[in-house]
Amino acid sequence: MPAPTTPATPASAPPAGRRPAPDRPASGIRFDHVTVTYGTHGGQTVLDSFDLTVEPGEVMALLGPSGSGKTTALRTVAGFVRPASGRVLIGGREVTGLPPYKRGIGMVVQQYALFPHMKVAENVAFGLKAQKTPRAEIPGRVAEALEMTGMAAYAGRHPRELSGGQQQRVALARALAIRPGVLLLDEPLSALDARLRSGMLAELARLHRELPDVTILYVTHDQVEALTLADRIAVLDRARLRDCGTPQELYRRPRTEFTASFVGTANLLPVTVRGPGDGVDLAGRPLTVPVPDGLAEGARATLCVRPHLVGLGDGPGHGNTLHGKITEVQWRGATHRLYVSVDGHRVMADVTELRTTPPLGEQVALHFAPEDAVLIPAGLTEDGARHDR
Amino acid sequence: MAAAPLPAQEVCRTVLVSSKPARRVLHVLFLALFLPLFALPLLVIVAASFATNWSGALPSGATLAHYRELARGDALTALLTSLGTALAASLAALTAGTWAALAAQRLGRRARRVLDGLFLLPLAVPSVVVGLALLVAFSRPPLLLNGTPQIVILAHTVLVTAFAHQSVTAALARLDPAYEQSAAGLGARPGYVLWRVKLPLLLPSLTAAAGLCFALSMGELSATMMLYPPDWLPLPVQIFAATDRGALFSGAALAVALMATTLLVLLAVSRLRTRAGYR
Repeated sequence: MPAPTTPATPASAPPAGRRPAPDRPASGIRFDHVTVTYGTHGGQTVLDSFDLTVEPGEVMALLGPSGSGKTTALRTVAGFVRPASGRVLIGGREVTGLPPYKRGIGMVVQQYALFPHMKVAENVAFGLKAQKTPRAEIPGRVAEALEMTGMAAYAGRHPRELSGGQQQRVALARALAIRPGVLLLDEPLSALDARLRSGMLAELARLHRELPDVTILYVTHDQVEALTLADRIAVLDRARLRDCGTPQELYRRPRTEFTASFVGTANLLPVTVRGPGDGVDLAGRPLTVPVPDGLAEGARATLCVRPHLVGLGDGPGHGNTLHGKITEVQWRGATHRLYVSVDGHRVMADVTELRTTPPLGEQVALHFAPEDAVLIPAGLTEDGARHDR
Repeated sequence: MAAAPLPAQEVCRTVLVSSKPARRVLHVLFLALFLPLFALPLLVIVAASFATNWSGALPSGATLAHYRELARGDALTALLTSLGTALAASLAALTAGTWAALAAQRLGRRARRVLDGLFLLPLAVPSVVVGLALLVAFSRPPLLLNGTPQIVILAHTVLVTAFAHQSVTAALARLDPAYEQSAAGLGARPGYVLWRVKLPLLLPSLTAAAGLCFALSMGELSATMMLYPPDWLPLPVQIFAATDRGALFSGAALAVALMATTLLVLLAVSRLRTRAGYR
């Protein structure tokens, strides 16, 4: 894939403080045409010819709705799912046929799966004991992992005596204690409530700064988690990779309608290209937007513009102006979201809280700057699966 | 009252449990069924074991003679024989049943169903037939078990393994695969996962199964009757022999001893179980 690869942390800036080096050299992950089918005779394809390279030390988020194949992709790395075809490589070594315990991974699942019959310290020591770490080393490694996740005070408790967030930290400590080259996180925050979740997100980001050599594959359906944490995001839908890039790329320059609507909120409007350098037509009205090469006159495309980049009132200068009727107003605290019907197309605008809520049915003008709009060629929106990306 | 119509289930629950008269009716019904069917026969046995005569409505002639007799005679040997048989059989059944249930997880759905059926077979066949079958099968070389204690233990094992297998299979189905997978993901080999994660998590079910197997084996009579050698006489056989020759009250004393021993062991097992429960 020619997608840009961003190193997680510049090698020149090692973070200060304690930083236990992993036993293994930093290892990346590579999916090479991985296809997974369930049922006899390959009844259902849950992952279709999946290609992705995760660089060593990178945080890659697999983002997609449920049933998109993202968890399956992670489980092929863990070794719980055997691909029907294709290869999985960890640190350049093919692991497709290896059992999970030979892969040198750490994993945290949604429900934590802490062993209920063991105390916190025993849970964290489990992987070390299983891998026959010298006995004398174990207490130190357990303490280190618990300290990293802020759970040192709870070493003597049983999992059932901990809250969800605390259990999550212990699960992380348990995975980190074995100093894995690759850390697999399967929706690790989805069982937590919203406030705990944002706290844990910051915690995960800090952990990654402390352990820059650990490659993290992070499965989530939550775009906020992906945008916050990931160096790159791979967007999956219906068993296929739809898009891959840095969070900024995917958010500012989505290449498919699916990406545009799944990563952040988007206004998606069907337009026709008037010509290179000449903008597009929305239901007969001209709009000024940059037209990428390869879009000829008369080509159909989707115009994507984020609601927070749409303003209320006539556009100043070269701005594009749309006229329509307000169909709904939602107050969201700091902002108002206006739903405006423009020639039958619904356009959302997030504007700073208005002093007076505009009445429904009022005629308003909306504007957006040409550089804030992105054109998505229609060819990619059909299935989003053009393989030449 | 202008309440919205309740769903039928809700109505049933309300009527059955919440209304006071309904609850009283239920209590009376419970006592009316439970006392005569479950409690009274056991009380009668206990009463009879202290009696010399029972011609009226109640036994008469209170005595401890039957128990003194019990302490002197072969009753103690028979009790130990029963205990030994039940312990050996339930341990063997638990091992075989657990092993099979664990192995069956790797099988396809159809193969698993066949295996389940095989384990249930000894329950579907009358236990007299199981006893006879073992007798016929092991009465000649190369495997000559007829006349040995082992054949009794074998019969009990065959009869109770089904229960061990069933309860472990059910417990395995309830066990969250995330535990096993997390353990494997942390680098634990399958044997280590089994020993350190799966078996400890199954322990409550294993002890429950062990208790059930033990209780069933302690009371087994029909297959044992076909097989017991003269030097391996379990207590149920002795109870039968005593009542058969008309010594009803001695038989009752033996039965009380059997009952008490079984209950004591089950109590010990259940204590173990509550200690092993994690949640």
